[in-house]
Amino acid sequence: MNRVVKKTLSNVFALKIPRKPFCTEAVKVAGSTSVEAFNELEKNQTFSKVSPQYDIAIVGGGMVGIALACFLASMPMTKLLRVAIIDSNPALGSSLHIKKEDPPDPRVSTVTPASISFLQDAGAWKYVEKNRHAYFSKMQVWDYTGLGYARYNARDVDKDFLGCVAENKVLHNALLSSIKDSDFKTTIYPSRLTAMSLNTSSKSMVENTTSEEPLSARGHSAELQLSDGSSIYAKLVVGADGGKSHVRDLAGIKTTGWNYSQNAIICTVEHTSENGCAWQRFLPTGPIALLPMGDKFSNIVWTMSPTESNNRKSLTEEEFLKGVNSALNYGHGPHPTSSLLGTRDMFSWFKLDETISTNEFFEIPPKVTRLASERMVFPLSLRHANSYASKRLVLIGDAAHTVHPLAGQGVNLGFGDAFSLSRIIAEGIALGSDIGEVNLLKKYEAERKSANIMMMAILDGFQKAYSIDFGPLNILRGAAFHGANYISPLKKSIISYASGEHKLPIFF
Amino acid sequence: MASNHVRNLNRIITIHRIFHNPLLNARSFFSDASLPQTHPSHPSSLKDNELAKFASIADTWWDSEGPFKPLHVMNPTRLTFIRSALCRHFKKDPYSAKPFEGLKIVDVGCGGGILSEPLARLGATVTGVDAVEKNIKIAQLHAGLDPATSTIEFCCTTAEKLVEEGRKFDAVMALEVIEHVADPAEFCKSLAALTDPDGATVISTINRSMRAYATAIVAAEYVLRWLPKGTHEWSSFLTPEELVLILQRAGINVEEMAGFVYNPVTGRWSLSDDISVNFIAFGTKSKNT
Ligand SMILES: Cc1cc2nc3c(=O)[nH]c(=O)nc-3n(C[C@H](O)[C@H](O)[C@H](O)COP(=O)(O)OP(=O)(O)OC[C@H]3O[C@@H](n4cnc5c(N)ncnc54)[C@H](O)[C@@H]3O)c2cc1C
Ligand SMILES: C[S@@+](CC[C@H](N)C(=O)[O-])C[C@H]1O[C@@H](n2cnc3c(N)ncnc32)[C@H](O)[C@@H]1O
Repeated sequence: MNRVVKKTLSNVFALKIPRKPFCTEAVKVAGSTSVEAFNELEKNQTFSKVSPQYDIAIVGGGMVGIALACFLASMPMTKLLRVAIIDSNPALGSSLHIKKEDPPDPRVSTVTPASISFLQDAGAWKYVEKNRHAYFSKMQVWDYTGLGYARYNARDVDKDFLGCVAENKVLHNALLSSIKDSDFKTTIYPSRLTAMSLNTSSKSMVENTTSEEPLSARGHSAELQLSDGSSIYAKLVVGADGGKSHVRDLAGIKTTGWNYSQNAIICTVEHTSENGCAWQRFLPTGPIALLPMGDKFSNIVWTMSPTESNNRKSLTEEEFLKGVNSALNYGHGPHPTSSLLGTRDMFSWFKLDETISTNEFFEIPPKVTRLASERMVFPLSLRHANSYASKRLVLIGDAAHTVHPLAGQGVNLGFGDAFSLSRIIAEGIALGSDIGEVNLLKKYEAERKSANIMMMAILDGFQKAYSIDFGPLNILRGAAFHGANYISPLKKSIISYASGEHKLPIFF
Repeated sequence: MASNHVRNLNRIITIHRIFHNPLLNARSFFSDASLPQTHPSHPSSLKDNELAKFASIADTWWDSEGPFKPLHVMNPTRLTFIRSALCRHFKKDPYSAKPFEGLKIVDVGCGGGILSEPLARLGATVTGVDAVEKNIKIAQLHAGLDPATSTIEFCCTTAEKLVEEGRKFDAVMALEVIEHVADPAEFCKSLAALTDPDGATVISTINRSMRAYATAIVAAEYVLRWLPKGTHEWSSFLTPEELVLILQRAGINVEEMAGFVYNPVTGRWSLSDDISVNFIAFGTKSKNT
């Protein structure tokens, strides 16, 4: 009786935002033009007393902050936004040319298929492919006890690859290049944020009128003070300023977290031939991972006690490499003689996991012959912001959550944040919302917090249960299949592992 | 059955003299001791000392956790409906960030401007009118803080007065207002008269015959927080059928109707074909009247 006059609701009201393939022509050489696009209006604003007004101020132009700008540039709803990026990092301002022959950087990220598809849609991935990168389709995980090993092959899940390793600078530069391709209005402030006033009430806006500017020129805006003495206004402030986020502190957002009494050594090494597989071995002191980086290079992430890490960092190159080769080979124990899958009865829970290649033999990782970068040591810690969003403010990337480098997940979680936030901003614009409105921003928080916490809980579970670290490979797999509904069997096995039902530290 | 609701009153505006703490109670925003005021107040007529005074009250209208929370929470949902309905009717590009460019829209009973502002951001030329002067000042002050909305024309007047002035609009909005007016049938006639022959009318209101669970949540918000005490009985709300009927008599054909359903777990509203709680109707002028 109440339904007298309804009509085809479903198709009328479904608001679809199309994803347009971005930038089909005029592919510029990476880094050939500057992103700095001061238009005339902005120039005038900068030189007169009136502070420029933006829709969004992204504080921190690291991989995640730039990814947000890149995603916004690629959607019809958001590409007209005026965006300021505040970061004193010189990599943003100058035209950075990355050459394939440049020595490899120790800072790399293992990019999951989900992140790759975000970057593809935004037009950035093609620039990653122009530089050094390594897709890998095989993984091998084993431990020092010699009990067993597991191998994974992308083939088994009908995929071409399990992930891709690229240097952070390559990812960063690819994102910048794709913004340059667009006509997106981005202004880069080579400066640092020093103070911030969010002006969340109309009352404060009216009462704090000190300048000659009309109220409407500032809008409902946050005011940001920069280290060069200038200030800008923005309707939305995005804190993408990393683990020690100043935006987070200025907004009074507290964090929860702890440090693990373990460090990771990160460095790049060279082999005599190209490495095509991701390797991980669990040692009594913690796992060591060897990730292919392209050419003949690999990246090493090796967890150990702080004392051991400091010792290994100061060893000569020759001694250090000897340690690496031993850790990846006979060190601490023999090679496994059988595949874990050979003993189906004992490991029946493995049946959940169809990605394990049943008929591949154990292999020894390629020998490391040269140290190709400095050795960097980082303490392992976990930190999570209690809130991601308040009026006129959101946190993304490491500013919202820091997992340690070893997980290889930091940037993937951050790309997920940036992608989700860009879609929610687009949705807000489609409905005429003020993009700094807290109800809108809380949607972003709701979407990302659960995903991030789940990942962090898994990481922490591993840490606690075995007091050794989980490796990038396990987590990578978790993330890789997250979107493809592989999650339930996967989660089951992760959880049963972490909760202590299966004590074997070789896993998946 | 609509005749039950046709009151024998000349004035459309209801005046209520119950005053509560203006910062705590939304009711006071629907009444004004100095009513009716029909003179338009332009931005320039707001004095500086008044600005500060109204600014603090404005925060109440605009506090998304405050007394008007239901309107804020419902806003994206009703805008989804309005956006699709108007884009289709006026053949506007649904993928544009400003699809309403070129449309003249009046928001009748605009309150603090919660609907007027998004309409302006979507490109429309917006006029917001409300019978309560205080609301208009708040709306002006708040919209004035953002260049994207500072162009909205706010007037303290009624739909009836606008009709007398001979104003016409491409689209006429009256969201969550009809339950406050004394004579819904007369009110609908005024809305029809303000609508251009090729234009559209959008009305939303609460359903009288709500289901039990919704009554607990939604009715509490409506009756306890919004409605002037003692003046509106539950029975004075309309059902969708009644609304369709009185709109039809006023010369408006309802072409689309959607329900808003409330999810108490997420605290969000969504559009559905269930019109049993709160509903929104889109109509066009009947060609033969
Ligand atoms: C040493 C190290 C190694 C890592 N290795 C890996 C790895 O192998 N794989 C992996 O997936 N993840 C790794 N991570 C994590 C990964 O790098 C981060 O998750 C990722 O970089 C987060 O990106 P972000 O943009 O959020 O923050 P960041 O990359 O930290 O960027 C923050 C940016 O904000 C800027 N900034 C800071 N303060 C201000 C301010 N006040 N005003 C303006 N700008 C400011 C900084 O200049 C910087 O450019 C590593 C992290 C560290 C620290
Ligand atoms: C519940 S509020 C709705 C505000 C706004 N339409 C919205 O949905 O966000 C109802 C508003 O209608 C106004 N109002 C009630 N009767 C009116 C009338 N006859 N003419 C104009 N405004 C009226 C009240 O002053 C109040 O601001």
